[in-house]
Amino acid sequence: MDGTHAGTDAGTHAEASGGARDGTGRRLADLHAMWRIRALEEKIRELRVADGGNGDVVGSVHLCIGQEAGPVGACSELEPGDALFATYRGHGWALARGVPAESMIAELAGRESGVNGGRGGSAYFTAPEHGFHGENSIVGAGLPIAVGAALAGRFDGSGRVAMTVCGDGALNQGASHEALNMAAAFRLPVVFVCENNYWSELTPIDEMVGEPELWRRAAGYGMAGERVDGNDPAAVRAAVRAAVQRARSGEGPTLLELMTQRLVGHYIGDVEQYRRPGELDRAREEEPIARLGRSLAAEGVPAADIEDARTRAQAEIERAAEAALAAPPADPRTAKDHVYA
Amino acid sequence: MPELTTTREAGEAPVAETRRLKYGEAVNAALARVLAEVPQTLLYGEDVGKPGGVFGVTRGLRRKFGDRVFDTPISEAAILGSAVGAALMGARPIVEIMWADFSLVALDQLVNQAANARYVSRGAAPAPIVVRTQQGNAPGACAQHSQSLEALFLHVPGLRLVMPRTAQDAHDAVVSAVHADDPVVIVENRTLYFGDKTEVELGGAARPMGWSHLRRPGRDVTVVSWGAVTGQALAAAESLAAGGVEAEVLELTWLNPLDMDAVLASVARTRRLAVVHEANVTGGFGGEIVARVAEAGIALDAAPVRIGAPDVRIPAAPVLARSLLPDAGGIAARLSEMVR
Ligand SMILES: Cc1ncc(C[n+]2csc(CCOP(=O)(O)OP(=O)(O)O)c2C)c(N)n1
Repeated sequence: MDGTHAGTDAGTHAEASGGARDGTGRRLADLHAMWRIRALEEKIRELRVADGGNGDVVGSVHLCIGQEAGPVGACSELEPGDALFATYRGHGWALARGVPAESMIAELAGRESGVNGGRGGSAYFTAPEHGFHGENSIVGAGLPIAVGAALAGRFDGSGRVAMTVCGDGALNQGASHEALNMAAAFRLPVVFVCENNYWSELTPIDEMVGEPELWRRAAGYGMAGERVDGNDPAAVRAAVRAAVQRARSGEGPTLLELMTQRLVGHYIGDVEQYRRPGELDRAREEEPIARLGRSLAAEGVPAADIEDARTRAQAEIERAAEAALAAPPADPRTAKDHVYA
Repeated sequence: MPELTTTREAGEAPVAETRRLKYGEAVNAALARVLAEVPQTLLYGEDVGKPGGVFGVTRGLRRKFGDRVFDTPISEAAILGSAVGAALMGARPIVEIMWADFSLVALDQLVNQAANARYVSRGAAPAPIVVRTQQGNAPGACAQHSQSLEALFLHVPGLRLVMPRTAQDAHDAVVSAVHADDPVVIVENRTLYFGDKTEVELGGAARPMGWSHLRRPGRDVTVVSWGAVTGQALAAAESLAAGGVEAEVLELTWLNPLDMDAVLASVARTRRLAVVHEANVTGGFGGEIVARVAEAGIALDAAPVRIGAPDVRIPAAPVLARSLLPDAGGIAARLSEMVR
């Protein structure tokens, strides 16, 4: 992976990400954390297609299957007081940030006990109590909001770092450009994480930009930037650690481009006619869970430990789903609450 | 401004043909027709070209018309702004904003740019763009994918706006919009894409903008509606008929230009007015209809009512959203109160 970076704030993270190697315990923990996301997403997919699509979960759902290494590697570097802003493909980020699976499934299923009582849904839920300040289903909208969260930290003495996640396509929004520039101009403590999974809905990113190496834009804004192996939680962690350190020490924002793949459609029901021949097979080879499992096995980690990471995660999600679906639906009598204070 | 050319000879009648089409297919047929007939047209937007649109509405058009149909970055300001620029140079861009909610990130190009071009140039440099988008609530859609925003566009002088509900109107709206010399916003409805096939007459001359339909005659109350929710208004009227209440349902296909004559004629007959829209009530276009009827001085037998969503954000959970959006039962109840 390209471990180079550009911009005014050259740090030492190039070596860190290039040679990232966490200990076996940490790597097993990463595997488990990624399995939690995978299991959650597979459960959500199951619920979405159940009953011919008229079951507990309806509407548009965007899964992050294949992209689990980003949230797992990144969230472990955030402090409780830091602010994370995600996209509509944000289930994995929420879970990695500590939002309970049960309240997420309940939200998707329109339950009163859902993290937003059924108001947010799959693409727009928010859990500030966990430092998760929302998904966003307007592409690119999270970037300027994260700039504001960082800006507020300059006045409230919190030392907060703001992290915002977006897709490759989202970097083509006007709001994204404005946010990147403002963060750089004010040297704000923002970490911009772009998950480059090549596809923007049904259109490939390289046909929509003149420079497909998106991290290179950082230099133009005057901020640090780096392309990271987004299917390796250790590489993501190292890059995010450096970016967060830079942010906390007043050296300004960073743009990280995590190279990854989604193994599923843009939304559930996407027939994926746009995929290039062999693309998915290659993606399955490189996807983070299988890859980390193989590498742990090669190092001699017992198969039972590797298997345990999966089974524990799946059992947890099964329990969460059962509890979530046993809860009562959202109460229509409350549907008009919370518009105004 | 440059003359709009077509591949037809002057005075040559277009060939009419009838086909059974879904709503989205009717839009597709209309787009194919204008791409073929009007060489100045360009068709673009996010996922519009190779993928054929997220709802399949533009399917096959790139194969047929090549580079004039293309995909764009996820950049609504550039989509709308480039349409304005291209139109100033004589092109007829038809652009898609995937969901009406997403137009909000680029309103400058519609409100400050497209809508002003004709006026400030005293007609010398109009920006006749066609913007296709869709709106409305569908089960499970989140708050940022559920808004009904027509009143926002309708507050802007210089923009035309049409909200077709039937496949025929969806087809005709595209053709009329392309031949109009104003910026036209076509607001389709997502739930209608998934409806049944109906007979659509293709070809036919471009209709002048501003038509409406008297969908159901009745003597007791005029129901003015537009967009997908008109189906609920019609169902309400049917249900009331059993009890002897005859509601007249007038569907406004275009909201600008507005067929106010049809509204006034109907209200003068029934002496009662209800406006039904999916958008929330405050600042909604329903208020405008009521105000115009009041200004016309028609004596009414009941206070006019506006039926729409309450002033709330739209929640994702279908059980919550359903409780907020106008439905046939709720509309019928309000209407029968009015005629009691
Ligand atoms: C402003 C805006 N424009 C368009 C959309 C429709 N849309 C939703 S997701 C998406 C693709 C986003 O691609 P990318 O940023 O690469 O993220 P990914 O889906 O790959 O995670 C589009 C165009 C939207 N939600 N908001």
